[in-house]
Amino acid sequence: MTISDSPSKPPHSRPRVAIIGGGIVGLSIGWRLAAAGCAVDVFERAKAGQAASRAAAGMLAAGVEAEPGEQPLLPLCLESQRLWPDFAAELEAASGLEVGLRREGTMVVALTRDDLNILRSNYEFQRKLGLPLEWLTGAQAKEREPFLNPRVAAAVYSPNDGQVDNRKACGALVVALAKAGGRLHEGVEVTGVEVTNGRVAGVVLGDGLHQADVVVLAAGAWSRQMAGLPPASLPPVRPVKGQMLSVSMDPADPLLRHVVWGPKCYLVPRADGTLIVGATTEEKGFDASLTAGGVLALLEAAWRTLPGIEERPITEMWTGFRPGSRDDAPILGPALGVDGLVLATGHHRNGILLAPITADAIAGYVLAGQVDPRIAGFGADRFAPREAAA
Amino acid sequence: MTQDLLTIAGKSFSSRLFLGSAGYPNQQVFLDSLAASGAEVLTVSVRRADLTGYGEGLLDLVAGKVWLLPNTAGCATVKDAVLTAQLAREAMGTDWVKLELIGDRETLYPDVEQLLKAADTLVRDGFTVLPYCTDDPVVCQRLADVGCAAVMPLGAPIGTGLGILNPYNIELICSRSPVPVVLDAGIGTASDAALAMELGCDAVLLNTAVSRSTDPVRMAAAMRTGVEGGRLARLAGRIPKRTRAEASSPELGLIGG
Repeated sequence: MTISDSPSKPPHSRPRVAIIGGGIVGLSIGWRLAAAGCAVDVFERAKAGQAASRAAAGMLAAGVEAEPGEQPLLPLCLESQRLWPDFAAELEAASGLEVGLRREGTMVVALTRDDLNILRSNYEFQRKLGLPLEWLTGAQAKEREPFLNPRVAAAVYSPNDGQVDNRKACGALVVALAKAGGRLHEGVEVTGVEVTNGRVAGVVLGDGLHQADVVVLAAGAWSRQMAGLPPASLPPVRPVKGQMLSVSMDPADPLLRHVVWGPKCYLVPRADGTLIVGATTEEKGFDASLTAGGVLALLEAAWRTLPGIEERPITEMWTGFRPGSRDDAPILGPALGVDGLVLATGHHRNGILLAPITADAIAGYVLAGQVDPRIAGFGADRFAPREAAA
Repeated sequence: MTQDLLTIAGKSFSSRLFLGSAGYPNQQVFLDSLAASGAEVLTVSVRRADLTGYGEGLLDLVAGKVWLLPNTAGCATVKDAVLTAQLAREAMGTDWVKLELIGDRETLYPDVEQLLKAADTLVRDGFTVLPYCTDDPVVCQRLADVGCAAVMPLGAPIGTGLGILNPYNIELICSRSPVPVVLDAGIGTASDAALAMELGCDAVLLNTAVSRSTDPVRMAAAMRTGVEGGRLARLAGRIPKRTRAEASSPELGLIGG
């Protein structure tokens, strides 16, 4: 991208930036750019932070979530996890709101012999990647979490992992964005990107064109629904449905203190006593329905791991759409074929975890025109040659 | 060497490996595994596939590259399975179906009674039916009798990777089946796939052994060569087993002997 050569370059030195999507990614980038002096407009077709950013569980668990086939993603996840404490502190200072960052470690537990074999295999794989994990016996796991199913056979503890309250973080970002001078337009749908001579001119709204020097596409699972862009410039992102629910615990004596993965579910305890149970992974397009089978699977898995939930009231059930890219890694940096269009999408299940690195790297790119080496492997170009070869 | 084609219901394939599409770390690993496997037949769960044609779904990415074999995974009744097959015919444009009717959640064993009824119904409705069934020669015969285009006996329960638990039955099924036999489920590693072919199976269908391997793309390549090796060995014919050694070099006429 060559902002400096742009014919539409404004008189002031900072580019005018339009961000499509008011989820945690769009808000974080907007906050960083507004704080750096850019004129920032974030367009959100509904309410900010209410789609995947609300549906997420907010786990910061690069360690135990590392799985075979996704090794290239690990350094990015670890780096963003490293950034989270400072990001959270800055955000809390800027907004005056707390975001519920907790760093007490996370656990993966095995109940049956089959679970144990899988846990052992994953543990060995993750240890080979250099992750600082600890193997716990069943008794040690129950010392940490006494309400676990007494049959727990073993667990893996990841001391550096934790969680953030993603809903609070989005609320704080809305405030921080506004305080930094950025404008959030809720209920305003961007229907397309205006391109003139191979360069973005702005975003198309219902009532006309909003001009911008740079357009950041951060529309999550909806990122392909943009008119006006050549097909090759659209990021390969699809919706990956997840169903979730929560029960309430006694905050003074919670059933669980760490994020825990049981077989076929994860459990995330919030400070206010909410216990989040997630999540199904379904290829169902934008079908947002809760299904009996989905909820049954979650409840059964959660109950097997933590029998004490049986008496707890269900407080909420919801669905969300992870923005899944083809390799589950985010698509970050300049779009192919259109100058001034920047992609920040495809974060799949890692949108909350990767918000700090995404915000820093994308803001840095918009301001300086240089691709941060930490995101160099995550550009849209990684999908292009394979397509040509196929 | 003449081409050794697999033919089912008039459709020929040069690969004898059928691949499942579920449980890969991500779509790119799946696409790379599919390419490495050389598989021409891909089975897709109708209930778990996105049929909306959004543009980045699995079906969009494999369009035109493979022969689709929709499956009725997750179905437990005849009615369910028939409706799911009909949905697949409409949405995926094929009358082929891998008929799966699960009778038990823990073992995922087929419910043979329902399976026979559903197979009969679907064959009459014009489907090309490939039923997932128990490794029982009588059941396989019955399924062929109602007009199934192939039979797909299990090697071991789905996802277990235990290999072929009853090679005797599989060999018996292969020796008597009037339709192609596709070993389905239980494969854990390449030697299991090779063994299936050596026992006389016409093809092997597998999924978890590749998708959950630490290196799925490499395991896909291993399965390809396993199936090819087993098939070649079957065609070549193994030597009779002996109880005493016999030197492979001739012992007569040794110099100074």
